[in-house]
Amino acid sequence: MATAVSILPEPQLAVLTEAYRKAVARKRLRLTMAAAVFFAALVVAAIGAEVNLRTFFKFFGNFLSYFDRILTLEDGHRVWTNVGEWFWGWHKWLWLLGETILISYVGTLMGAVLAFALNFFAAQNTSPGPWLRFIVRRLLEFARTVPGIVFALIFVIAFGLGPMAGVLAIAIHSTGALGKLFSEIVENADMKPVEGVRSTGASWLSCMRFAVLPQVSAGYASYALLRFEINVREASVMGFVGAGGIGQELVVAIRKFYYSDVSAILLTIIVTVFIIDIGTGWLRGRLFGRDIRS
Amino acid sequence: MSQLPKPDREQLRTKYPDVFDRPASSRLAMPAMIVGAFAILVFGLVDLEFSPSKLFNGLHQLGWITLMMIPPDPGASLPLYLSALGETLSIALLGTTLAAIMALPVSLLAARNIVPSSFIRFPVRRFLDSIRGVDTLIWALVWINVVGLGPFAGVLAIAVSDFGAFGKLFSEAIEAADKKQVEGIRASGGNALHEIRFGLIPQVLPVIAGQVLYFIESNTRSATIIGIVGAGGIGLQLAEQIRVLEWQKVSFLILMILIAVAAIDWISTKLRFAIIGQRAVA
Repeated sequence: MATAVSILPEPQLAVLTEAYRKAVARKRLRLTMAAAVFFAALVVAAIGAEVNLRTFFKFFGNFLSYFDRILTLEDGHRVWTNVGEWFWGWHKWLWLLGETILISYVGTLMGAVLAFALNFFAAQNTSPGPWLRFIVRRLLEFARTVPGIVFALIFVIAFGLGPMAGVLAIAIHSTGALGKLFSEIVENADMKPVEGVRSTGASWLSCMRFAVLPQVSAGYASYALLRFEINVREASVMGFVGAGGIGQELVVAIRKFYYSDVSAILLTIIVTVFIIDIGTGWLRGRLFGRDIRS
Repeated sequence: MSQLPKPDREQLRTKYPDVFDRPASSRLAMPAMIVGAFAILVFGLVDLEFSPSKLFNGLHQLGWITLMMIPPDPGASLPLYLSALGETLSIALLGTTLAAIMALPVSLLAARNIVPSSFIRFPVRRFLDSIRGVDTLIWALVWINVVGLGPFAGVLAIAVSDFGAFGKLFSEAIEAADKKQVEGIRASGGNALHEIRFGLIPQVLPVIAGQVLYFIESNTRSATIIGIVGAGGIGLQLAEQIRVLEWQKVSFLILMILIAVAAIDWISTKLRFAIIGQRAVA
């Protein structure tokens, strides 16, 4: 099969080439300008953030040797040569780790319940009134934007040191995040069942219960599980401000240079996060099929 | 109006046995899960020392705190707070850029269509996963040990923790790229580097740019908190004012953070639309 590529006559071609060149030049110019603006912003930011490349290069060796140090026991051997010594506090750490997971579980569940209670008011298609919708949306936005650890800082003062402050901080932050996602699911729901239920004379509550909820509950559970995963990470640092969990031990170990403890606690946290990730992934797959993940 | 025929229960029952006689396992699964979840919740509440009196006292305190927060007032330290906010934005921008630059080559190693050998890909992926498993605040603490207190530690903390996230996201974007354009380059005689430069990068770059912008936005949030452990920015001021119970300043700082995040959100959404078009922003 022979195909000939047709070539346009010269004058016609010249016009097209010129137009092409112009288009490319315009694109290049825009790209260069965007890059220039970006670099200017970077330079300003570097001055603002007191970036000091000399310090960086001087201390980068420290960063690498930090990992060397946290992987060395006090007697100078590598940590994995004496696991018993490395994980000397495993009993306490496992207990605190359990507390961390429990904090995120209770926090996620509370947040999910609150978000569930609020999301029908925030969604465009189900909200009983625009005013209510506006207020609920701003509330959720507030809860989502203020970082969990800031809530924790304030709650530690109000509720006293301990895991309760951590749980409530996680619960509020999750309410904000989940409330938004939940209401987006509701906005994507099919409204025909709602009309059907309303045509039988049902109240708003019954409409939500029998027409919307069956469509959205799988999505809710999936997002709540994802949030649980995120919250386990979040709960691992709640202890930094005294709100319970393993973070307290970690911050003490880092600040007091108990090197091998740092690596042991970090390793337990990483492994736990892995296990929770895989576990919730498996559970989501079992409950809702593979495709809902993305 | 015609009357519907009366449904014959027996006939329906034989016709749809799944609906009428569901096995006990499937009927009980849902209640069992709910009971299980509730049992763990109760255990958690007891174990984490929740008590109604504690909750009530705390809410009472919280009410007082909220009352004392009104009206938000920076006192005499407004310039200080503005410069701290600038520092926070700088940390977010620099940290994200640094992370993206570092993550790009590594993400090529983690993408299946670039590196077919799972011997290399698997360790690279696990490495990225473990970096992501550690929270930004923990990285901030580690970097403070290395380069000292200050915003520079914050930049490096954000850079490292985002490096893990970017490595994963970029490699997924690369894997999702269309193979045909790469094959086209190869067919016209390009070598492996040409394939990446002209076949892959034009497809992947807009996606990556969108993700980087999104992360700059979310890192503005992260950058506000790393100050709590001493890594610079507005979090440092916030934590200090909370500890000395200056509630009016606290509420002012929170308000500043909310406005800054909303502004960055707005700008980056505009830019994302400009780069990858309206519909690609999911």
